[in-house]
Amino acid sequence: MGLHRGRGFAAINYPIGMNLGGDPSQALVHSNPDGKFTVALSSIDLGQGMKSVTRQIAAETLGVPVADVYVDTADSDTGPHCMGSFASRGTHRVGNAVIQAAKEARAVMLEAAAEELEVDAADLVTDGQGNIHVNGAPSRSITTMAACQAAQFKQGRTVSGRGIFLIPLSEVDPETGEMTPVSCFAHAALLVEVEVDDETGEVSVRDMQSAYELGRALNPKLVEQQLVGGAWMGMSHALWETTEPYYPDRSHGPVDFNHYLMPGPGDIAPHHISVLERPAPDGPYGGKGPGEMCANPVLPAVANAVYDAVGVRIDELPITPEKILRGIRANGGVKPRQRLARGAR
Amino acid sequence: MTMGFRKEFFADERDDNLNEIGKPTRRQDILGHVTGRSPYFDDHLFDGLLHIRCVRSPHHHARIRRVDTTEAQSMPGVVRVLVGRDVPRNLNTLLSLLDFGIDDEPLLAETKVAYKGEPVAAVIAETEAQARAAVAKVRVDWDVRPHVLDVEEAIKPGAPVVCEVYPGNKFIYHGKYDHQKLRYGDVEAAFARADHIVEGRYQMSPIEQAPIETCGAIAAPETNDRYVCYTSTQALFFSLGTAAKLLTMPSNRLHFVGGTVGGGFGGKVDSLHEPLAILGAMLTGRPCKFAWDREEEMQVGAPRGAERWYIKDGVMRDGRIVARKFTGYFDSGAYTRLSSYAIIKGVGHLPGPYTIPNVYADVYCVYTNRTPATAMRGFGITGVDFAIEAHMDKVADVVGMNPIDLRILNAYRDGDMKAHRREAKNCALIECCQVVAEKAGVALQATSRGASSLRDGGGERARLPAHTALDQKGMVTGIDTGGYARKGGGASRQPVSMPGYSMPAAASAARPPAQASPRPAAAATSAAPSQSSTTPPPPPAAPANAGDRPRQGAMRFSSISGLRRR
Repeated sequence: MGLHRGRGFAAINYPIGMNLGGDPSQALVHSNPDGKFTVALSSIDLGQGMKSVTRQIAAETLGVPVADVYVDTADSDTGPHCMGSFASRGTHRVGNAVIQAAKEARAVMLEAAAEELEVDAADLVTDGQGNIHVNGAPSRSITTMAACQAAQFKQGRTVSGRGIFLIPLSEVDPETGEMTPVSCFAHAALLVEVEVDDETGEVSVRDMQSAYELGRALNPKLVEQQLVGGAWMGMSHALWETTEPYYPDRSHGPVDFNHYLMPGPGDIAPHHISVLERPAPDGPYGGKGPGEMCANPVLPAVANAVYDAVGVRIDELPITPEKILRGIRANGGVKPRQRLARGAR
Repeated sequence: MTMGFRKEFFADERDDNLNEIGKPTRRQDILGHVTGRSPYFDDHLFDGLLHIRCVRSPHHHARIRRVDTTEAQSMPGVVRVLVGRDVPRNLNTLLSLLDFGIDDEPLLAETKVAYKGEPVAAVIAETEAQARAAVAKVRVDWDVRPHVLDVEEAIKPGAPVVCEVYPGNKFIYHGKYDHQKLRYGDVEAAFARADHIVEGRYQMSPIEQAPIETCGAIAAPETNDRYVCYTSTQALFFSLGTAAKLLTMPSNRLHFVGGTVGGGFGGKVDSLHEPLAILGAMLTGRPCKFAWDREEEMQVGAPRGAERWYIKDGVMRDGRIVARKFTGYFDSGAYTRLSSYAIIKGVGHLPGPYTIPNVYADVYCVYTNRTPATAMRGFGITGVDFAIEAHMDKVADVVGMNPIDLRILNAYRDGDMKAHRREAKNCALIECCQVVAEKAGVALQATSRGASSLRDGGGERARLPAHTALDQKGMVTGIDTGGYARKGGGASRQPVSMPGYSMPAAASAARPPAQASPRPAAAATSAAPSQSSTTPPPPPAAPANAGDRPRQGAMRFSSISGLRRR
């Protein structure tokens, strides 16, 4: 009788954006007279940071400080069409639409600046601090504010841009399943360490070591919140959550958070995350989208760790104490495997 | 919790010197969130706001003989009781906006209910308490029918029919098969040559998205004969299009406001609240709120659906997996919602991030008498990834390999051919495995330590199988499930406009994709090698009656014809 430690591993990839494509998103960008920009979207911020990541993308593309940009979501009267915030599509699809819109607005701003500076717009660069200058000649410069003012009050130009991103819909062969599902994938690998109590059947997650490859971390803090929260959700799915505890029997369905079980603060395991960045060729600045995939490796890794600890395979989620105790009994006792111990081969 | 970057990987593929990208900039909306002042749908207050509560089925499956609202109508505070016939167009399937599937689900059930909790009437009252009290007074005369809750029971002959639109309790793919197929090479021949066969069965139970903010919407009459709707939706125009269809209303008479949502995780795409709240506002002339309480969120709100997977692998002694066969059942519950889509996504994902020369899958979207399933974080992938990675662990055990070495040995690499017949690119599975092994102190074989996603892929591994075993198992005729992703099909059918509704979405979608796509993505993703020599013969012609029946379409986000790509 006692506590048994085990380690489990899983590796996954995850398709970014709506499967098969056919899911456009649009963006509109415009400047106030003083060079402050608004990005209008109908995309949704679920808490994942839609507004913030598109704001950084817009600022990067426009060549202005991030403080000069605000993102407005989501009003169907002012925000152009977006398919929605799901399928890990927000950063990838909307980000690309924002880039296109911001490029168009930037081009007008640079043309206005060129007219004021009496140079060729192609020779102008932005410093990201609110200045536009001739490449190689920083003294020949104009602020983005002055350029936008000149555009609107002297030259009669709208400093604005439209953007859309669409991967046209792929067809599917009904005979073979041949298709073009998506254009890029994120990746993850995760090793989890659990402790299984062979008297109560309870599992506690002790430690998680992970590597996530997500194109480019456009904002590392937003990435971190996704990965930490997603891994929590993964362990919650593995060990606690279901609306039908005796599926397919519908009885004992929880109706509140007293009965719908989730790990609490004391159940959270230390999580050591490494981020790898292999930019997606068609992603906004290479970004893919960490939002969904970060939960996925945890479920099988926990199941594999339970097996490693006590020799019981639980192939039905969630891995409840009841299932573990029944499994140990059916196996004639605990049979630790210890296949992934430190230094083991 | 610690997070660090491993910048040494793929460094030559990045420019790390950008102004804003890569910076940990504070969130634009964080002050509002942490001070509790960000406005969510429910923070929009209206004088005289009415509250909607639904009368729900206590049965898994029953015919409705009669709904008697007389007593409820006379309860204190009750303004109106809605039933199915009050809904201008009381039948929809969410993906009709993509021309995918047949309208199968009423907003308020009229003739039968197919799951416990299905709404049959909606009470509109001055207060939520009054609405609840009146709900208890609506009398429904039920004719209880046999029900089925298990996916494999549901597809047996003689099982109760859950949804009459799909009498076999299975969604029909491409108007042709009762499941989505994946056929790549010949798994049976490879099983015969394999050293080991490893089999497994995996089950994921339904899971609640569990946002802090439950689903809801507030609608109110606006000036100019329009309606404003504040909503928790994850997809503003999806919900707007769905509401326009169910209410037979031009989309520009609807003004949807959202954008700040208290967690979604996939549970806020079903667009049930907005149409009912707007209908209430239309019929009472007053602002109406329809939001779920926690019990509804957990038991009648669509969960991540259950999935059952059977996997059979053929494995060589050295750990190479030479064949993998899947049979999958998605439990869609009583209606389709989005499960049909998730299955195609799941099939495109098989056999996981591994290069396996023979892959086979039959995946079924099955109707059962339970709460319809919908999207959740990892939709179409989470369940099968659990199955695949638990199975990989068994394979490692059978061949006596370190589980991480086994993954790296079989991992896909740049240039490899995938089972959906496109080349892998931008891979990074091996590197993720290596980093975790190193951090966790797990000693890998030298070949695993030296492996790379950038090397040793392609070549032989890029070649399509010389022979693919095809079959016509599960063929169905005479049912038209829309032109979505249909190979060479759907073009003959004209999108059907709703009366009085022009179709801006369809019109704009008629532009050629080259104009609409600003990035080289389409070109890049279609740059797979020619399959002409190994592509199976074209399928037989569609059944003669396919496409004849007018489709119940409304605002479509894509008109399919002219947009499809290989």
